[in-house]
Amino acid sequence: MVKKITAPLTREAARELRAGDLVLLSGTIYTARDAAHKRLCELLAQGGQPPFPLEDSVIYFVGPTPAAPGTIIGSCGPTTSYRMDAYSPTLIERGQTGMIGKGVRSEEVIESMKKHGAVYFGATGGAGALLARCVRANEPVAYEDLGAEAIRRLVVEDMPLTVVIDSLGQNLYELGRARYLQAVDETR
Amino acid sequence: MIREVDVSLISDTVMRLCIEANRELPRDICEALETARGQETWPTALSILDGLIENHTLAKQCSAPICQDTGMACVFVELGQDVHLNGSLREAVDEGVRRGYGEGYLRKSVVADPIRRVNTGDNTPAMLHIELVPGSKIRITVAPKGFGSENMSRIEMLRPSDGLDGVRRFVLGAVEKAGPNPCPPVVVGVGIGGSFDQCALLAKKALLRPIDRRHPDPFYAALETELLDSINRLGIGPQGFGGRTTALGLCIETLPTHIAGLPCAVNISCHVTRRKTAVL
Repeated sequence: MVKKITAPLTREAARELRAGDLVLLSGTIYTARDAAHKRLCELLAQGGQPPFPLEDSVIYFVGPTPAAPGTIIGSCGPTTSYRMDAYSPTLIERGQTGMIGKGVRSEEVIESMKKHGAVYFGATGGAGALLARCVRANEPVAYEDLGAEAIRRLVVEDMPLTVVIDSLGQNLYELGRARYLQAVDETR
Repeated sequence: MIREVDVSLISDTVMRLCIEANRELPRDICEALETARGQETWPTALSILDGLIENHTLAKQCSAPICQDTGMACVFVELGQDVHLNGSLREAVDEGVRRGYGEGYLRKSVVADPIRRVNTGDNTPAMLHIELVPGSKIRITVAPKGFGSENMSRIEMLRPSDGLDGVRRFVLGAVEKAGPNPCPPVVVGVGIGGSFDQCALLAKKALLRPIDRRHPDPFYAALETELLDSINRLGIGPQGFGGRTTALGLCIETLPTHIAGLPCAVNISCHVTRRKTAVL
């Protein structure tokens, strides 16, 4: 069963999702990776206004390849999320409800997700050409001097994602592997 | 007899290899994905593998990069001793990378300084390895390397008493600790022996060998098969969601080492293990 969800993502909608759910995400999301996260958090620490609304926002950890002529965006699969662990709790406190990436997250991030009601989605790492087909619009929002690391607003349609960590702290990386190993064990 | 070679030929070749390597997977990696698809039983894993196969097929059809991390350009040049170049090899390679990453719409992922971190804007410099070899040919391999997997690589100066079991534990531990981060199914390059620096290079070079070709020494060929089998019992699976297919291949390269040492390096690569070679 694939659930259709939309971005911006409300806290209520985020709280309904469970680790292992397959979802198709449509709506407006923002790209940010290492350098953009650093700048965003420095800006917030100084009391500045973020360049996009954080409330109910979904941030995609991605640095796409440049769009070739006649295309909306280049390849755009997720980057590894743990490098954003130092920054995500700050953004979740300020209203971010969704993160799209790949790979493990820290306890601090998971605690923040549980406290505020946020969800961590996995997109298939290394499937950048395939994921580009879900992007309907792509425009720069801030930090264009960072090149591939600039913040961009993407409009996506039916972007296939898996809920990896839900707002209860349930984690598909642990559950999926354990279930598989148990299934293998039972067939022996 | 000295062969004169114009460095523009080097630049043109590197440029072409950068673009082609990023758009089309090597034959052995494509075949390994298909084989893994056939051996996998876990439903989530099957759907991920289908997606990966669809992705690289689409990238080839559309001339698009397979992955958005088009990597640092790792360039290996085997230069015949009887070749004379009419300019700087370093500059020629970087010029090829600059043009390849520009004209190929590849991502510029290199910062000029590791601490101050300003993007060089053209993906230079290449990570260049030059080896002088007999003859008058030039063999160039471009292996773009993404850092999701590079970051999960490890090196350990094991003790001789750690022996083969120490190597087994270290390699399996590296893949286990990497977990879902390097985009499994991964390809594992293992370096054993040499010095600290050479051991890391061995692990990188191990990723250049087609994964369906075993080490010429039957001892290490058997170890490659054994370690790959052990890795594929860890249960991490494609993307870390569980399953058999944690690694597509594992290659070992070795060197003589010191009486006091047993260096071991693991260079992790992903299912988008890219490499393309030209001989001039």
